[in-house]
Amino acid sequence: MAGESGALNIKEVAPGIYVHQGVHEMPDHENRGEIANIGFIVGERCVAVVDSGGSPRQGEALKAAIRDTTMVPVCYVINTHVHPDHIYGNIAFKQPGVSFIGHHKLAQAMSLRGPYYLEKAKRDLGIGLKREDFVFPDQLVQSTLELDLGGRKLTLTAHRTAHTDNDLSVYDDKTQTLWLADLLFMGHIPVVDGSLNGWIKELEQLKTIGAKLAIPGHGPVAAEWPAAIEPQMRYLEMLRAEIREALRQGRTMEQAMAAVGQSARNDWQLFDEFHRRNVSTAFAELEWEDH
Amino acid sequence: MQTSPYVKGLWLALAGLIFSSLALAVGEEEAAWKGGLQQKFFGDRPIEESNNVIELTAPYRAEDPALVPISVTAKIPQTPDKFIKTITLIIDNNPVPFAAAFHFTPDSGKADITTRLRVNAYTHVRAIAETSDGKLSMTKAFVKASGGCSAPIGTDIEAAMARMGKMKFKLEGDKVIPQQPNLAQLLISHPNITGLQMDQITRMIRPAHYVDEVKLSFDGKPVMTAQTDIAVSADPNFRFYFVPDKAGELKAEIKDTQGNRFSYTQAVTP
Repeated sequence: MAGESGALNIKEVAPGIYVHQGVHEMPDHENRGEIANIGFIVGERCVAVVDSGGSPRQGEALKAAIRDTTMVPVCYVINTHVHPDHIYGNIAFKQPGVSFIGHHKLAQAMSLRGPYYLEKAKRDLGIGLKREDFVFPDQLVQSTLELDLGGRKLTLTAHRTAHTDNDLSVYDDKTQTLWLADLLFMGHIPVVDGSLNGWIKELEQLKTIGAKLAIPGHGPVAAEWPAAIEPQMRYLEMLRAEIREALRQGRTMEQAMAAVGQSARNDWQLFDEFHRRNVSTAFAELEWEDH
Repeated sequence: MQTSPYVKGLWLALAGLIFSSLALAVGEEEAAWKGGLQQKFFGDRPIEESNNVIELTAPYRAEDPALVPISVTAKIPQTPDKFIKTITLIIDNNPVPFAAAFHFTPDSGKADITTRLRVNAYTHVRAIAETSDGKLSMTKAFVKASGGCSAPIGTDIEAAMARMGKMKFKLEGDKVIPQQPNLAQLLISHPNITGLQMDQITRMIRPAHYVDEVKLSFDGKPVMTAQTDIAVSADPNFRFYFVPDKAGELKAEIKDTQGNRFSYTQAVTP
């Protein structure tokens, strides 16, 4: 998992874009929450980190990997959303000259979830986080933000509620790479922690972007765009269609949780850990619709 | 088959071990109830543990501890001679064990109630019915969940506050069958803040702000009234029965702990 210098294994998926591949596991004491795809983008003047990792230790390992790759300093740490496996490495990068960037709702999300996450980190991951380890963004993206890394333009987009209510995507002009993080799941079952309808809507818009490559938050380090989106789209649309049908038939939430989407079991890893919860979350959202 | 005394002795010892550990497990699971909750809510009144009056259904392992579907099915109809007056829901190991109390009349049709609860730790969930003759009857289920009450507010709090108090009735089928119990569902939009979810920026516990009273009526006649506490999930949701005698208006009136009152009516037609 780590190289000789304690650096993270990374792969250059496009010129100057480096990704570390996570694992399809529930966060626990063994993997210490280090489960997501994380990495960085190198410009002439600046490096931008995209998601710092699932633990302070992984943040340090990412920092070491950057040092092994380039002399260019880190100027930005971009947190694509609030989930622990994407933000707990922040503390490793905190120093003068480094700006932390997130969706305009990220600070609030971190603040609301903070104490719960602190307790969970100790119990589930065996890592003792302190309040100071939660590094809040100092730059918030309202709709879009352009970063110039020196001969390299990144466009950050703040999405409407989808995977969470604070999702940020990164588009690299130079290589036409769309770093979607958890807006895109491959292999690992998609996790609905925001809005099912919103996520489908955002994906329909993202599909129209002429990117060559997409980087998912969980799955291979990179995949062809827009083909990469197909399995997830199928799953989310199936979830929506079957739940709407269950609602039309007057089924209860419990009945929907037992029956909806079982046909998709073999298509996704960690299905039993997340699918039924996806159903209850989506059910509580869709039951407000008129049919 | 002849068993040697040695083997017999071994089996007895094993049985003894199993029974004593079962007793220990049962003892632990009943500790909160026997250790004070029963006394607090029902004093010395005898409670019959049975599924003959009401039966509770709950998932053994909760998928989402903040959204656990709980169902109470009434086994007796509501009649003027005998009816279920109250169903109380208690979650033994929650920070506030009292989850809700639902009150019914003979006109309710059926005293069934389904809702979604927050479960904070592995615990028994209990439903205690009081019938019109004053007798108490209890049904329970063990639920494995944790963190339901302290789980953070998952969504945009501003958006949740903006739509607070919005309500909707859903009926099974769009037309009602008069003079029969009809199944209906009340959806309430409310974040039901527990007072146990801390905001890290302000370093303050966000004060409790939840729905504590629900009154359902049909054409002015009470169908069900309830007192509810923090264990009811965000966006409180109740499935219940009512008996329309003809076309009329189903009405929900709710109050929350900040004194906000909301009401909603919906016409129902046979």
